[in-house]
Amino acid sequence: MNSFKNSFRELLRYPSAILGIAVVMLLVFQAIYAMVTIPYNEAIRLWRGGEEVWYQNPKYAPPIWTNFFSSKKLPVSFAVGTANGTMEKTVTPGEQGTGTIDIAYKFDFSYDDFPQEMLLYFNTEYVEKQPFASIMWLTPDGREIRIGNFGVTQRQTYRFSQDEKLMTRLKNEKVIEGLFTNPETKEIVKGEYQLVITGITFEEGSKMDVEFVSHGLVFGWAGTDHARRDLMLPLLWGAPVALAFGLIASFGVSVLTMLIAAVGTWYGGWVDGIIQRITEVNLILPFFSILIMVGTFYSRSIWVIMGVTVMLSIFGGGIKGYRAIFLQVKESMYIEAARAYGASNWRIIIQYMIPRMIPLLIPTLVSSVPSFVFLEASLAVLGLGDPVLPTWGKIIDDAFRNGALYKGYYYWILEPAVLLMFTGLGFAMLGFALDRIFNPRLRDI
Amino acid sequence: MAVADTTPSSSENVNGKSKKISFADGTFARVSRYTLVRLLTLFVTVVVSIYLTIVIANMGGYVDQIMRNDIRENVTQRNINNPAYRAMDSDTRKKLIEEQIALEEKRVGLDTPVMVRNLRYLSNSLVLKLGRAVHMSSDSGSREVRLIILERMPATLLLMGTSQLSLFFVSILFALFLSRRYGSFWDKLIIALSPTSAAPPWFYGIFFILIFAAILKVLPFGGMVDAPPPSNPVDYGFSLLKHITLPCSALVISAIFLSIYNWRTFFLIYSSEDYVEMAKAKGLPSKDIERRYILRPTLPTIVTNFAFLLIGLWTGAIITETVFLWPGLGITLYKAVGLYDTSVIVGSTIINAYLLAITVFMLDFVYALVDPRVKIGSGN
Repeated sequence: MNSFKNSFRELLRYPSAILGIAVVMLLVFQAIYAMVTIPYNEAIRLWRGGEEVWYQNPKYAPPIWTNFFSSKKLPVSFAVGTANGTMEKTVTPGEQGTGTIDIAYKFDFSYDDFPQEMLLYFNTEYVEKQPFASIMWLTPDGREIRIGNFGVTQRQTYRFSQDEKLMTRLKNEKVIEGLFTNPETKEIVKGEYQLVITGITFEEGSKMDVEFVSHGLVFGWAGTDHARRDLMLPLLWGAPVALAFGLIASFGVSVLTMLIAAVGTWYGGWVDGIIQRITEVNLILPFFSILIMVGTFYSRSIWVIMGVTVMLSIFGGGIKGYRAIFLQVKESMYIEAARAYGASNWRIIIQYMIPRMIPLLIPTLVSSVPSFVFLEASLAVLGLGDPVLPTWGKIIDDAFRNGALYKGYYYWILEPAVLLMFTGLGFAMLGFALDRIFNPRLRDI
Repeated sequence: MAVADTTPSSSENVNGKSKKISFADGTFARVSRYTLVRLLTLFVTVVVSIYLTIVIANMGGYVDQIMRNDIRENVTQRNINNPAYRAMDSDTRKKLIEEQIALEEKRVGLDTPVMVRNLRYLSNSLVLKLGRAVHMSSDSGSREVRLIILERMPATLLLMGTSQLSLFFVSILFALFLSRRYGSFWDKLIIALSPTSAAPPWFYGIFFILIFAAILKVLPFGGMVDAPPPSNPVDYGFSLLKHITLPCSALVISAIFLSIYNWRTFFLIYSSEDYVEMAKAKGLPSKDIERRYILRPTLPTIVTNFAFLLIGLWTGAIITETVFLWPGLGITLYKAVGLYDTSVIVGSTIINAYLLAITVFMLDFVYALVDPRVKIGSGN
């Protein structure tokens, strides 16, 4: 225990180790945060959800913070509704069961471009007589534009840009542009806009709720993808998946490799021979192609892929290195002592040989985490990512398939790439420092 | 990596003397016997690994599917081309075709046990009879998987060759330079940068495309030559150079810092050996010390590292090629995955196994050449 404490103290002498630990801690924190705030099932439901889940978001919208670096401010997306109280609604009952519903929403618009789209979602309750809605648009320079008057069915969506009557009224083929510009100067009018909806219900108990959604050109802190999904979800959830994949795979591979090497050297003879031959065959097996084959033919589940990865990696080049050291350990005095008091073979392997290797195992384990994290991403980029889980690799894959680099949606690729890079660098730096501490030969160099 | 036994066997020498074989003959016999043994063991290894590949692929009956497709296409083609059948109505012809297919499947042995079929497929694969692709075809229009894959080989060899050779030489030279300037600014920089090698080449590729193709617009996004390819060889070469720059640098950058670091560490360890100190004390010029006392004993390690790098990059190149749309083996595999073209996937796995075997074989020889402790054929 004491030696571990000493090693840890020594670790803090390396700036790269401190940075590495910080990055790993941040990732663990992010992973816990993701799993607590968005439970697993909810994350998968959202990630696989379509329009019905993500209708409030624009497509291909960069994150909000891109506005800070650009002189041209792009409109932010928002969604308000009377159902959840973000838009105010006053109901005044009238004669014979009729009612008037007044909805007004004021918002500030001081951007240099137009939203992608604006929509109104009506949600009404009635038996026979449809409620009626009339919509007005008040601009900061005092113009009043009549958007439309229509009867509303139970669930109705009104798209501003598709309204042809409004198009002719505004004398502009692009409705959204027409709503935000001065018709004479053709310039964007900045200031406080107001959307006024007056609804009339004709029955006792008839209700009307409206949701006003503006698909801006920027969205949230992470942006959105081609399916309107908030990239925050996969960016957050990528951390637990990457950590689980990387840590479990690297732990499994290093521990099993060591165990196999120990068994081989201890028993020697044909056991060792078989292990050596398997290692040679394994070296020739095209690892990546087999993973691709498994992904294409059997299952793309990340856990199956991980199992195959571990199986193909345990007989890797690492065995040779461990073997060389175990051969020395095997001859040492304390093993002879153990043999003299009659310790069984397994007891010697587990209790005497393997503990000697732990100092070597730890750096290897930590420094091989990045390669597994990137392996998951690589498979995803090949289109063999887990079909269910939101991961960083899946984001890059989606971005590639939708031509993000060609169309200029750089945020889409850069966000997961930066996270991947941080993860990789964090573990690599930590592993580097550990290697120097536990391998005294490297210490002075 | 099975390298010949490192301890020279004395019995061999005694035998050699008693038979009174001249030294040259002995060496030749030894080398050729070693080559033969090595080739044989590697061949067995290749056979086993290809068999494993086939077993993995065939567990879901995919290799059978390849053969069935093959038969169906052959029989249908033969019937379409046969003028005697032209007059028949389509129903009878279909029935006839089905009958012939069933017969042919029986002849090929698709009704035999899986084990036997696997063995048959193995022997076909070993001679690169990889069957026919279902969806993909080679540039020359053939559906032979072998042709589809072999046609792509030069492009991969060009990219990998260029990047690996430059990586190898640049990092060795730079590492030697650093080992002389231990603790200098450059040394510290390389140590600080070495963790960046945790990221695979395609990852750097994305950034390179972003910077040089999308933002600066100085280099192409991907591909191997301009479209249409220039007819003039000089222009063609120039266009090739322009296209290879980004993927090649991505491959080099992703590995270079770690390999410089590793080799510098080896050189430093070896340059603190007593015999180096001795050579320094004797007053030998530092060039000589470097070449004879540091580089020589570290060569085997360097070669092993290099081979592992190569083996790793054969596979890593799949995605790098995909990202850069480089028309090599990797992108063929990628396309095959997208089209579920099983025969191409299995075929390129087999070709990959061959490539790896060749790499291992070459490594063995180079290893024996550079390591004075390893004598070719001296083990048993």
